[in-house]
Amino acid sequence: MKKVYVNEKWCLGCHLCEYNCAFANSGEKNMVKALKDKEIHPRIHVEEDGKITYAVSCRHCEDPVCVKCCISGALSKKDGVVKIDKNKCVGCFTCVLVCPYGAVSPAEGHAATKCELCLENACGSPACVKGCPNKAIVYEER
Amino acid sequence: MKNYVIVGGGVASVAAIEGIRSVDKSGKIYLISGEKKPTYCRPLISYYLQGLTDFEKMKYRPDGFYAENNVELIFDKAESVDKDKKTVKVGDKTIKYDKLLVATGSTPFVPPFNGLNTVDKKFSFMTEDDASAIEKAVDKDSRVLIIGAGLIGLKCAESLSERVKSIAVCDLATRVLSSILDDDCAKYMQNVLEEHGVSFILGDSVSSFDKNTATLASGRTVDFDVLILAVGVRADISLVKNAGGNINRGIIVNDKMQTSIPDVYAAGDCAEGFDASINSNRVIAILPSAYMQGYTAGVNMAGGNKSLGNEFPLNAIGFYGLHSLTAGAYTGETYEEKTEKGIKRLFFDGDNLVGFILIGDINGAGIYTSLIKEKTKLTDEDKEKLKKSPTLAIFNSEIRSKKLGGVV
Repeated sequence: MKKVYVNEKWCLGCHLCEYNCAFANSGEKNMVKALKDKEIHPRIHVEEDGKITYAVSCRHCEDPVCVKCCISGALSKKDGVVKIDKNKCVGCFTCVLVCPYGAVSPAEGHAATKCELCLENACGSPACVKGCPNKAIVYEER
Repeated sequence: MKNYVIVGGGVASVAAIEGIRSVDKSGKIYLISGEKKPTYCRPLISYYLQGLTDFEKMKYRPDGFYAENNVELIFDKAESVDKDKKTVKVGDKTIKYDKLLVATGSTPFVPPFNGLNTVDKKFSFMTEDDASAIEKAVDKDSRVLIIGAGLIGLKCAESLSERVKSIAVCDLATRVLSSILDDDCAKYMQNVLEEHGVSFILGDSVSSFDKNTATLASGRTVDFDVLILAVGVRADISLVKNAGGNINRGIIVNDKMQTSIPDVYAAGDCAEGFDASINSNRVIAILPSAYMQGYTAGVNMAGGNKSLGNEFPLNAIGFYGLHSLTAGAYTGETYEEKTEKGIKRLFFDGDNLVGFILIGDINGAGIYTSLIKEKTKLTDEDKEKLKKSPTLAIFNSEIRSKKLGGVV
């Protein structure tokens, strides 16, 4: 199945992926309205180490430890996509404690948040990929 | 076709079903559960009392789970195991097994307090039934006394603090959450609870009860309307013990989750496996371990070959929005950072990260957990980076490109 992959050689460290992610998952039609003066919780984040930058988001692991450790049954994997049911999540953040990539984060309210590949929002495919100016993030089969 | 029998209806049982079905799609699975309901998320009962979830949402798996996995549910208590005939006795039925999993969990430990029988409203805090009973017993005028300042007692305190008049928590230990936090961190969490009206009586214990009054060892008395006993739990080991299997505090298992009795496995809160953080066997009574152990048992029962791997305690607990994530052992060289927003403690032993306590800023904690689990060798430069924040920058670009650009 197609997943999001990053190539750090091409990453400019511009953080656009974070903003595109937050916008795509905001439910708003206007980017300014979605992001301006708001605390955003993007599901992808850019890590920096000196000159190196790279984006990190959910790897949709073959054997996802977050799903196994979830105490509320909110995390599940279906058709290759690791999803979180915010209705079931109580925000205990055991998933944050166990994700080896740091790709699940606490979000507003009582729930954790993570990349679901934009399959169910208006974007339809990963917004971080669509908006990456240097093709450092791709959405493909590997 | 194999006959699998699972005793106990908690998370380890679901994990075992998923483990068995990852190898064997056709064998018959019997699930015997004395709680007489499909698996639900027990750690969520405090969230239920807070009004953040309900029993429908607390179901651990979707409704069709047992039918889809061809599991026959038997809602009754398993009485005994005959290891020679390879059968389990349940009521008037005898069920034959090829592979048996004992996942009987634990039961609340109630010390033999003098006068406990004179207390009218007393509860444990473990099951949905307990939560329902407590919900009925309390009102806005209730004075609640909780015995035990561990994970269960404090989550109970948090969940009731908006619903009752007062809550006092009493523990023999001199700090709260003594199993997972050191003094400073415990004090930090205690403060948050105190800010929300929970009061603490630490380093003291109940010597006797007389109806609505507890007399403590110090001589102090505490009046209450509702008593909650959250002293601890005991592994439910009787099935294996009575069948002649090796037991200690829990049922002794190897890293395949096999007990000393052939074809009998154990997993979850009743099992005592290897804990890498103390280099010895112990019961790790947490939900993630129950899943991992149950799944491992299931795979092996079905003929697969899976080892549990490097297990150690992990805890995620929060009160009123302040979260604490902890893992591993608190030994070795300590790095500490304290800010207004929280505490970070990292524990390094030689080249390895062996444990951590994070309070407040918890983002990315799983990277630390994974470094403990994988026993990743760290350079001094790596350690400096990790002190700032959990980051994949400690890996070289080749390893990182596999992690972020490969199928994992």
